[in-house]
Amino acid sequence: MLTCKQIAELAAVYAEGQLDLVERLRFQVHLGLCANCRTWVRQLQATARALGKLPEPELPKELEAELLRRFEGWKAKQ
Amino acid sequence: MARLKAGDRAAFTALVGRHGGALLRLATTFLRDRSVAEEVVQDTWLAALDGLDGFEGRASLRTWLFSILANRARNRAVREGRSLPFSALGETVDGPAVDPSRFRPDGHWIETHAGWSEEDPERLAAGAETRAAIEAAIAALPDAMRAVVTLRDVEGLAAEEICNLLGLSLTNQRVLLHRARCRLRQALAELQQGAR
Repeated sequence: MLTCKQIAELAAVYAEGQLDLVERLRFQVHLGLCANCRTWVRQLQATARALGKLPEPELPKELEAELLRRFEGWKAKQ
Repeated sequence: MARLKAGDRAAFTALVGRHGGALLRLATTFLRDRSVAEEVVQDTWLAALDGLDGFEGRASLRTWLFSILANRARNRAVREGRSLPFSALGETVDGPAVDPSRFRPDGHWIETHAGWSEEDPERLAAGAETRAAIEAAIAALPDAMRAVVTLRDVEGLAAEEICNLLGLSLTNQRVLLHRARCRLRQALAELQQGAR
């Protein structure tokens, strides 16, 4: 059976569906039997998904104003 | 696009509103110096305006802007003789994602991972404390990991796009991403433990 240490390394390959059938089954068997790894993998996934929900930073007003100024310069050259 | 090419200020403002924040975030990922990052963002927008005809619509507009920004950041860093996250990206990445000292000799975890009081991604990102912990942990990541996890998980780019953007192999991209995620999960776990 795979160890927790191996699960921790293989989790990324597993998540991308890159494990072959036998390895995938071994991974799933371990997760089925090991609550500790189930929690760890679940939290790893929650963390990755949370990153995608972070609010986008706002552009500072000065930078936005500078961009518009440079846009006008670009337009004048067209 | 046609309006932009015609010099429509409102079209440009809308575009900056849509992608400006993400470009700045990526620039500060590549170049830690905030003022240099802002300059590179400005250069990126001008280069994008000059190169509008070169946008073929194969990638999303944002990915196209990101690629311009990555090139500009790379050139800027080379010109100034700075080290850049990219410098580490071509190297082979090895070693374990999780610190080996966290496992017993038989390969089992030493610690028991407790469930978190909050594991919902949306609420983790929205909670002031958890969001601050995530952002601080991202900022503390080594450059290459920070660049990969920002592009993949924060911006949602595909692995192949990231490899093109950063000049990485798929394997290295995956290893860097996994390590980054492990560290960020650990930061959140420590926050939860501290709250107990």
